[in-house]
Amino acid sequence: MTTTDSAPGPGGVGTGAGSETAVELTVDGRSVSVPVGSTVLDACDAAGVDTPTLCYAENLTPVNACRVCVVEQDGSRTLIPSCSRRVEGGMDIKTDTERVRHSRKMVLEFLATGVDLSQADDLNRWAERYGADPDRYPAPQVIDEPVRIQDELYIRDYDKCVLCYKCVEACGDDAQHTFAIAVAGRGFDARIRTEFDVSLPDSACVYCGNCVAVCPTNALQFKTEFDLRQADNWRPGDHTVTRTVCSYCGVGCNLELHVQDETIVKVTSPADHSVTSGHLCIKGRFGWSYVHGR
Amino acid sequence: MADLHIGPATATETERAAVDRVVSATMGPAVVREAERLVRGGTERRSRRRHLLLPVLHALQNQAGWISPGGLNYACEQLQVPPAEAYGVATFYEMFRVDDPGHDDDVVHVCVDAACQIADAEAVIAALEAGGEHVHRSPCLGQCERPVARFVQGRAKPDSVPADEVVAPSAAVPQATDPAHAMSLRLLRRVGRADPTRLDSYIGAGGYKALTEAFRRGPAGVVAEVETAGLMGRGGAAFPTGFKWKSVAEAAGDQKYVVVNADESEPGTFKDRVLIENDPFAVIEAATIAGFATGADTGYIYIRGEYPLATSRLEGAIAQAREAGFLGDRIARSSFGFDLEVRRGAGAYICGEETALFNSLEGFRGEPRQKPPFPTTNGLFDCPTAINNPETLVNVLDIVIDGGAAYAALGTEKSAGTKLFCLSGHVKRPGVYEVEFGTTLGRLIDMAGGVDGELAAIMLGGAAGSFVGPDMLDLPLSFEAARNAGVSLGSGVVMAFNAGVDFGPVLTRLAEFFRNESCGQCVPCRVGTVRQHEVLVVCNGRPTDEHVALLEEIDLAMKDASICGLGHTAATAVRSGISLGLTGGQS
Repeated sequence: MTTTDSAPGPGGVGTGAGSETAVELTVDGRSVSVPVGSTVLDACDAAGVDTPTLCYAENLTPVNACRVCVVEQDGSRTLIPSCSRRVEGGMDIKTDTERVRHSRKMVLEFLATGVDLSQADDLNRWAERYGADPDRYPAPQVIDEPVRIQDELYIRDYDKCVLCYKCVEACGDDAQHTFAIAVAGRGFDARIRTEFDVSLPDSACVYCGNCVAVCPTNALQFKTEFDLRQADNWRPGDHTVTRTVCSYCGVGCNLELHVQDETIVKVTSPADHSVTSGHLCIKGRFGWSYVHGR
Repeated sequence: MADLHIGPATATETERAAVDRVVSATMGPAVVREAERLVRGGTERRSRRRHLLLPVLHALQNQAGWISPGGLNYACEQLQVPPAEAYGVATFYEMFRVDDPGHDDDVVHVCVDAACQIADAEAVIAALEAGGEHVHRSPCLGQCERPVARFVQGRAKPDSVPADEVVAPSAAVPQATDPAHAMSLRLLRRVGRADPTRLDSYIGAGGYKALTEAFRRGPAGVVAEVETAGLMGRGGAAFPTGFKWKSVAEAAGDQKYVVVNADESEPGTFKDRVLIENDPFAVIEAATIAGFATGADTGYIYIRGEYPLATSRLEGAIAQAREAGFLGDRIARSSFGFDLEVRRGAGAYICGEETALFNSLEGFRGEPRQKPPFPTTNGLFDCPTAINNPETLVNVLDIVIDGGAAYAALGTEKSAGTKLFCLSGHVKRPGVYEVEFGTTLGRLIDMAGGVDGELAAIMLGGAAGSFVGPDMLDLPLSFEAARNAGVSLGSGVVMAFNAGVDFGPVLTRLAEFFRNESCGQCVPCRVGTVRQHEVLVVCNGRPTDEHVALLEEIDLAMKDASICGLGHTAATAVRSGISLGLTGGQS
């Protein structure tokens, strides 16, 4: 392939009406004003439009890989990813056209044909909204990998992986700077891997669990959750969530303790928390067995 | 070693030496021993050396026949690249393997794409395997004029192409030996007339006149002439070169780059290979002019890994040009300095996409970036970058010498100049042909000796292009006429198929090509190309109406929602073949 594509045409960012700190654009016919540097997704939020996202997270750099958040921009040949595209003055964005609905449906359908989405509630909700019908494909290849259980802290079930890159980003320069995992292989054979697929204890992994926290499909999950699901005793509806401050050091990370049957079953941190941005270390994430005297 | 976690596997002596050779060639031998200070967790070394990852992986693969855990670890220590990331890069490319091959032999890559497929590549593979060769089924090897194409990946010796040992590169240009056409050649005028291995021969044939003239015109003058000429990119996207150069010249930033995109991997395309093999100095001179015009002092030529002859010709030409003062500081006693380096790809069609190429060159996976921002402001190493196809660049030589207006007089009103076309398949004299824009498709095929048998269809533009029927022979080959006809000239592919071809397998293989070459980054392309291929496999390339409807839905999503051109065009040829009725049914 040798395409050497399009440089920018005339025009530029933030040339529309309004002050220098705000950008005005239109979303589904409604005028919206958002700060300079906002994304189209921010503008959709401001307009009260519910946009499906998969690879996007507020505490990670957008990779715009999943393409489920695409919207139609007047004058653009293709749809654009709302999560990463910066707003420009005068943009005319449409989020519910036939083209948008079709691409979102196909993305959800494509994923459902190859990946186990049984524990991805948001995806299933959107699949229904856009009328995805994964059963119409002849003999689709599915991702078929053994569950990787290599320690007592978390498991990796890549049958459920949609390759959203979030875990790679959280492990890498968006949070942990450990770089224990990366995308390996190409195309449909691309997978999240350590080097040569060595086990996690032999890799650079420091067990911060930030990858688990950002996984949208439960491909990465706490071992506690996995065991309870195996025993058919995972009951999120019965969970209480208690917010507290980690007791290990003086940084002040907020923890959310998810408790089932008076036992902590997993720990998260709020993504909008000023100290953690949702990220923790091994102690805050997994070091709570002492609470139960174990 | 800093704070990278490196596993216990160690490299062999020869693997270490292979890595050290690459690093010291670029960084200087003292650096390998002493190393930059590994402060800030190795950040300094990482930022200076990461771009050597691909050359280092090439060296390891060549030495050991695979990227072993020990070899990878040593490379990671030397370059301060996390092993998981290096493994992700190594597994991205066709030419690297990460499992022990279990033998010390060369590996023969045999092309199975369209031109070779219809020349019975499978029979060649069977014969080679029966002879005990290690065969790797390869996507298009860019030798479509001489099927079945082979490329030998050497073990502890250079890679080679068997055909290069028996055929002169100029044989791929039938016009060069035809008195009726030779005088009218412009881009190919030196083919067979100047020795591509000698700078003095290039200069004797008019070489480096253009650079002198460029100095006289000044950077803005060169850009103005290229704009006046109306030169459009020849890589497939037909973007105005002058506008691109102007954007780079005007972009903020002290460091700018020129990149020559010679990663030609579009099935059916071999023009850049032929051009470089026959006239490497022209590409170098034109790249130097691009640097002068845009304010870049450094250029890279990213050439596909399966082109060993073109690569060595470029390297030899660069060394001679540097020796003679045409590259380096103060070129030809001016105040302008510019230097060039050749980087080999490692087998990935997607790396011809410009932003994927940047990532590949920087030592990352060859995944395209979302645009905007565009390369003119945020290209290689996030700097303003002028990235051009070799054929595009060589056009600049005449533009600078004769002026843009004279150039614009060639071709049609909206497609100025001449164009290289890659004639292959069932034509009697396959090869690269240079014609003025506006020449009809039929005329071009006549120049190639006509069709061998009865013409059934032509693949125009490449695998990302489309099939057209014999009724399109009157089509003038220009960007505007192609656009009006709903087709694309792409990278100049004209592959003829006669009535004896069974198109079911051809379309199925096309779909398989895109499935294999999708980088995997975005869902529409990663899964869409697989689902498209599966539909064609299920129906043996003969889709029912229901299949056709599904293929259309897949195509629309890939076109609308994929990140880059690979996904946008992955269904174009397949769907055009079906709607032409090549596999029966639909028409």
